[in-house]
Amino acid sequence: MASVPAVLASEWTKIRTVASTSWTLVSAFVVTVALGAALCALTKAQFHNLSDLERATFDPTLVSFTGMVLGQLAMVVFGVLVVGTEYSSGMIRTSLAAVPQRTVFLFGKISVATVLALVVGLVTSFLSFFLGQALLGGHRTSIGEPNVLRAVFGAGLYMALIAVFSMGVAAMLRSSMLSLGILMPFFFLVSQILAAVPGAKEVARYFPDQAGAKIMQVVPQAMGSDKTPYGPWGGLGIMLVWVAAALLGGWLVIKHRDA
Amino acid sequence: MIELDGLTKRFGAKTAVDRLSFRVRPGVVTGFLGPNGAGKSTTMRMMLDLDNPTSGTVRIDGRHYRDLDEPLKYIGALLDAKAMHGGRSAYNNLLCLAQSNRIPATRVAEVLDTVGLTAVAKKKSKGFSLGMGQRLGIASALLGDPEILMFDEPVNGLDPEGIHWIRNLMKGLAAEGRTIFVSSHLMSEMALTADHLIVIGQGRLLADTSMADFIQQNSRSYVRVRSPQQERLRDLLHEAGVPAVAAAGGALEVDALTAEQLGDLAARNHLVLHELSPQRASLEEAFMRMTAGAVEYHAHSPGADGGTGVDAGPPPPLQPADAPRWGASYDEQFGGE
Repeated sequence: MASVPAVLASEWTKIRTVASTSWTLVSAFVVTVALGAALCALTKAQFHNLSDLERATFDPTLVSFTGMVLGQLAMVVFGVLVVGTEYSSGMIRTSLAAVPQRTVFLFGKISVATVLALVVGLVTSFLSFFLGQALLGGHRTSIGEPNVLRAVFGAGLYMALIAVFSMGVAAMLRSSMLSLGILMPFFFLVSQILAAVPGAKEVARYFPDQAGAKIMQVVPQAMGSDKTPYGPWGGLGIMLVWVAAALLGGWLVIKHRDA
Repeated sequence: MIELDGLTKRFGAKTAVDRLSFRVRPGVVTGFLGPNGAGKSTTMRMMLDLDNPTSGTVRIDGRHYRDLDEPLKYIGALLDAKAMHGGRSAYNNLLCLAQSNRIPATRVAEVLDTVGLTAVAKKKSKGFSLGMGQRLGIASALLGDPEILMFDEPVNGLDPEGIHWIRNLMKGLAAEGRTIFVSSHLMSEMALTADHLIVIGQGRLLADTSMADFIQQNSRSYVRVRSPQQERLRDLLHEAGVPAVAAAGGALEVDALTAEQLGDLAARNHLVLHELSPQRASLEEAFMRMTAGAVEYHAHSPGADGGTGVDAGPPPPLQPADAPRWGASYDEQFGGE
C-alpha cells in the first residue's frame, strides 16, 4: 500500500502549485462576500418594497448568503479543475504510475481539496454573515440567536460540498470541459429555473444545491419560499447523498477504466 | 526482471496486444520494436498497470505493479513527454511525484541537474519545447533511482542533439547495471542502443533475440553486377551453378560469390562489366521484411514506400534503389496493389 501521508503531501503540493487553485478560491470568497454585502445593503434600502409575506418571513441570515448563487460556481470550477486537470494534462498517467493504488490516490486528492474548500467556505460564510448583518442595520440578527450559528456553519459546509460534488462528477467524466459544461448551466440555470416552475419544483427541491441550501435558512419558509418536506439537516442529508453518489461513480470509473 | 505472460488487450473487436509473453532481463538494454500501431505503448501501459489487460499478467520482480509500495523506486517510466501539468513548474511537477513515493526533495534537484534542466526548474512546463519536455519526463523516471527504466519512443520528434543525448544516457544507465526497456519503431535506432530485441507486429511476438543474432540472421549481403552482355553473364553463372536474381536496371544480384570471385569469373570469360558492387541489406530492411505482414497502416500511395510512418524521427538509412520495397513481400503474398 502506498503511504497515505505521502499521498496527502503530494496532493497538497499539486494543489498549492497551480494558479487555478488560488483564483477559483479567491473568486468564491470575493464574489460571495461582495454580492452578499451588496444585496444586504440593497435590502435595507428597499425593505419597505418587500411584500408582506417576505417581510413576515424575513431571514437576515439567508439574505447575507445571497452571494452564494454566484460564489458556488467558483467552487464548482475549483472542484472540477482539481480532478479534471489530471486528465486534461495527461498527468494522470504519471500520477497513477507513482501511486497505482487508485482508491488511495483519488480519495487522497479529494480529501486535501475538501479540507481546503471547507476552510475557504467557512471563512466566506462567517465573513458574509457578519458583513451582511452590519449592512442590514435594524433588520439584522446576531450569531447568538437560535439556529443562526447552524446556518452560518452550514453555509460553509454547503460551499465545500458543492466542490466535492464537482470533484466526483469530474472523476466520473474524466474531463474538465465536459464537467464544467454540465455543472455550470445546471447550478446557474437549470436548477434555479426549475425551482421556480410549478410542477417542476417538487422535483427540483431534491437537487443537491436546492436541498443543501436549506441549511442556510433560519426562518422556516424564509423569504416566502415553499414549505419543503425536509428540514435544514434533512436537506443537507439529501445533498450528502448526491455527493456520495458522485464520489462512488468517480471511484468506480477510476477503479475500472484504463488511464 | 519484468515477465509478461500471455498478455492480451482487446479494444472491442480489435486485438491490440495478442498473447504476448517475454522477459526483460536485468543489466541490458532491451529494444522493443514494432511498426506504428503494433501495440508497444499499450503493452507498456499494461506493464505500469495503467491499462487493464483483457487477460494475462505482468510481473515485476515477481510482483504485480499495483503491489509495489513505492513503485518509482522500482521502475521509472517515460511514456508521454507531455504527461505533466503545464501550469506547474518543472521542480514542482517532480516534487509532487517525489513526495508520493517518499523520495527526499533533494533528489528533485539532482535529477533536474542530470537532465540539464536546472536553469528552467522554476519555469512552467507548458513553455517547454518537445526536447525539454522529454528531459523532464526522463527526470521523473530517474527520481526514485530505479533499477528498471522504461522509455516509450524516447527519441520521437527530437533533434539530433537530443537523440544523441538520450542514446548516451541509456547506455550509461545500462552500464550501471540497470534494466532498460526502450520502444522504437526505428530499427536503425535500436541497432545503436539495444543488446536484446523484442519485435512485435499487430500485437504478436515476432522475435525475441539478441541483437547480435538478429544481425547475423537478417543482414543479407550480396553482389550487384551489371553487364552489357547480360545474357552471357546469366549463362555463365548458370553453368557455374550460381543462382542470380534479376534486379532493376538490368542488374543481377548474386549472393553465393564475392565481388572478387565474380570479377575474376568475368575476366576469365572476357565479359565487360559496368557495375560490380557489394551490397548489404540494412537491418531496417530486415525489420521491414519481418513486420511486412503485420504493418497496421500501409501507405499505398506511390513513392510513400520506404517511409517509416508519419512520426517524425531520424530518417531511415538510404537503401539501394532496388532494395525490396517496404511491404513487398506482403504484396507478393497477398497480391497487393
